Amino acid sequence: MHLETDVLVIGAGGAGMYAALEAARAGAQVILADRSLIGRGGATVMAQMTVAAALGEQTPDSWEFHLADTLAAGRGLCDERLSAMLCREGPARIREMDAWKVGWARHDGHITQIHAPGHDRARCVYVDVLSTGPAVSRTLRTQLNLASGIRRIGDLAIVDIVLRDGQACGAVAVHLSTGQIVTLAAKSVVIATGGLTRLYRRNSASFNMGGDGYALALRAGAQLIDMEFVQFFPIGHLAPRLVGMDPIMWDPFRYKLGGKLLNGEMREFEDDYASADARNDGTYVLTRDRATYAISKEVEAGRGSPAGGAYLSFQHVPESELRRSFGPVIDKLAANGIDLTRQLVEVAPIAHYHMGGIRVDEDMLSTIPGLYACGEAIGGANGANRLSGNAITEAFVFGARAGQTAAAHALANASHWSDEAAATTVGMLRAADKRDTPNLSVAVTDLQALMADKVGPFRTDEKLREALVEIDRMSSELGATPPSTGESFDPLLIDWLDLRNMLQVAKAVATPALARTESRGAHQREDHPGLEEAWTLNQIITLDGADIALERSAPLSQKAHA
Amino acid sequence: MKAKLQIQRGEPGAPLHVEAFEIDFEAGQSVLDGLRAVRQSADPTLAFRYACINANACKECMMLIDGKVDYACTVKLKEGETVLKPLPKKALVRDLVTEIAPPDERLFPTNAK
Ligand SMILES: Cc1cc2nc3c(=O)[nH]c(=O)nc-3n(C[C@H](O)[C@H](O)[C@H](O)COP(=O)(O)OP(=O)(O)OC[C@H]3O[C@@H](n4cnc5c(N)ncnc54)[C@H](O)[C@@H]3O)c2cc1C
Ligand code: FES
Repeated sequence: MHLETDVLVIGAGGAGMYAALEAARAGAQVILADRSLIGRGGATVMAQMTVAAALGEQTPDSWEFHLADTLAAGRGLCDERLSAMLCREGPARIREMDAWKVGWARHDGHITQIHAPGHDRARCVYVDVLSTGPAVSRTLRTQLNLASGIRRIGDLAIVDIVLRDGQACGAVAVHLSTGQIVTLAAKSVVIATGGLTRLYRRNSASFNMGGDGYALALRAGAQLIDMEFVQFFPIGHLAPRLVGMDPIMWDPFRYKLGGKLLNGEMREFEDDYASADARNDGTYVLTRDRATYAISKEVEAGRGSPAGGAYLSFQHVPESELRRSFGPVIDKLAANGIDLTRQLVEVAPIAHYHMGGIRVDEDMLSTIPGLYACGEAIGGANGANRLSGNAITEAFVFGARAGQTAAAHALANASHWSDEAAATTVGMLRAADKRDTPNLSVAVTDLQALMADKVGPFRTDEKLREALVEIDRMSSELGATPPSTGESFDPLLIDWLDLRNMLQVAKAVATPALARTESRGAHQREDHPGLEEAWTLNQIITLDGADIALERSAPLSQKAHA
Repeated sequence: MKAKLQIQRGEPGAPLHVEAFEIDFEAGQSVLDGLRAVRQSADPTLAFRYACINANACKECMMLIDGKVDYACTVKLKEGETVLKPLPKKALVRDLVTEIAPPDERLFPTNAK
């Protein structure tokens, strides 16, 4: 099957839905494709916490204060043009969502803003109760319904971007529920596929977050930036099994109630690690980076909790106080059989967000003409670490911008499509055959374990080299032809396509991680502790055959390009 | 603990059949955890929909669990037998997968498949 459009948006999370809306508003015909259902497949619908924007509703604020915090968190590596755009345009998008009735929590007629770690003041909005992501997703889906010129297609997994004369001219996809190969001609293509945290054993990812967009961009010849910076959240939920809750939800409660971390011997260990760190902020004994370190080290020393993390205890907090602070969350916990007054939970560092991504300019244009990107799929705005609440704002702001610029490009240019340019990928999919392969769902688990153990929050030269050897071995084992059941909704084909991308992206993370011989933000090298001024550089990667080519360049400042 | 999942398999047009899989599980694990374990340990061709795994946000994992429409990610695994079937009122795609997208979000809007 063949479809044609002005703008193809790949991925229907916050960024992709916003891009589609803005592109249609600019007069372009849009196809919004998602491998899952529209507005449901990625991180946006799963987010339960807060969104940062300098609205100044309750406390005076300015986008420049927000920018200062964003740059501080980014530890010198932010592309300041993008960070500034995020902070400057965030408030307008938050108000637009408000006008669309997302339902931001209010107090005394003002949108409520709370103080999240890393921000200098109360800046983060939310939707009660823990409903930020679902409300955002629902609101944008409603707008998509009302808009004209947007064709939404779920169950459509984009497999490759198609290039002609060095320009993006469309994509090749598999329609999952029929198994049909679909070619899409588009004058502009927008990658809005979200992050890569499914690469890790413990993560807050959905099934669709294996980093497809990074692999699509790499194979299209585009540059990626800051790929070594994966954000780990120190106290992600580990055990007992808990469903229906954001796995990062313990953090605000730990902050508020002083939840205690205990090791497998039921001993508090935070103080053992606190002395070495001067950045103690008084409320937490340990900063987030140090908490991740402390838990990982306790587990390594054989003092982990049974599931391989640490215990988090609220048993010292009176029941009435727990009920008051947790509110309705207590009931959700009870539904999962968890009673905090008599029970500990287990927590561990989990992969949560990716700072790096496709390198774009202020128009969200990648280094390939006609190929745009937005949302978590791009790198630069958050540098070496992300401030909480910035990710959803970035999805809105960059999504909207990408939609506008992709539409302008599409309306000014003719289609470049050629069937020949799509032939390699179409051929690969047609060649898919019924054959015996090792169980690829197990291979995915193996890769996740490898990434966690060797390319996790604490890295060494030796571990990273081992990871790269193993990634190459797994890639050659995967081969060039997908296996298939020959039936509709083919999990064998999906696993193969996922692994093809995940292995490429794993290499794109491990390679710059090996090269960066310092510790900064989310990239911590045990063999190179401490930040080195000389490393205030972005690493930029491209694909070179099966290898990754690395370049370095100084971070872009706002002024140089203003 | 051991759970036995009785799963309806097959595509429309061909005769449907039931296959049984036995898996080890721990208290608190979900039916979705069980299905993912089946793919890992026994049959990677088993088809079912899911995205968010933990968040109960995507609403893609709905199926018929012991005769009741429910989310595979929120229903807990139990010892003994659990019967899994695709949603009865949606067009069958394969195994536990049905056509659940609103018609205007499909590639073939009018057609069930
Ligand atoms: C559990 C959780 C909680 C979070 N909480 C917060 C929070 O409180 N505040 C905050 O600011 N941020 C939070 N984040 C981060 C934030 O949610 C994300 O960074 C943001 O929503 C990303 O939006 P996006 O549109 O770029 O990507 P996503 O929302 O992830 O959407 C990407 C879409 O692309 C689709 N896709 C992927 N590959 C393909 C392909 N090959 N073909 C077709 N479609 C494809 C996916 O199915 C998905 O629907 C959280 C993240 C998680 C996982
Ligand atoms: S897997 Fe998302 S709701 Fe069940």
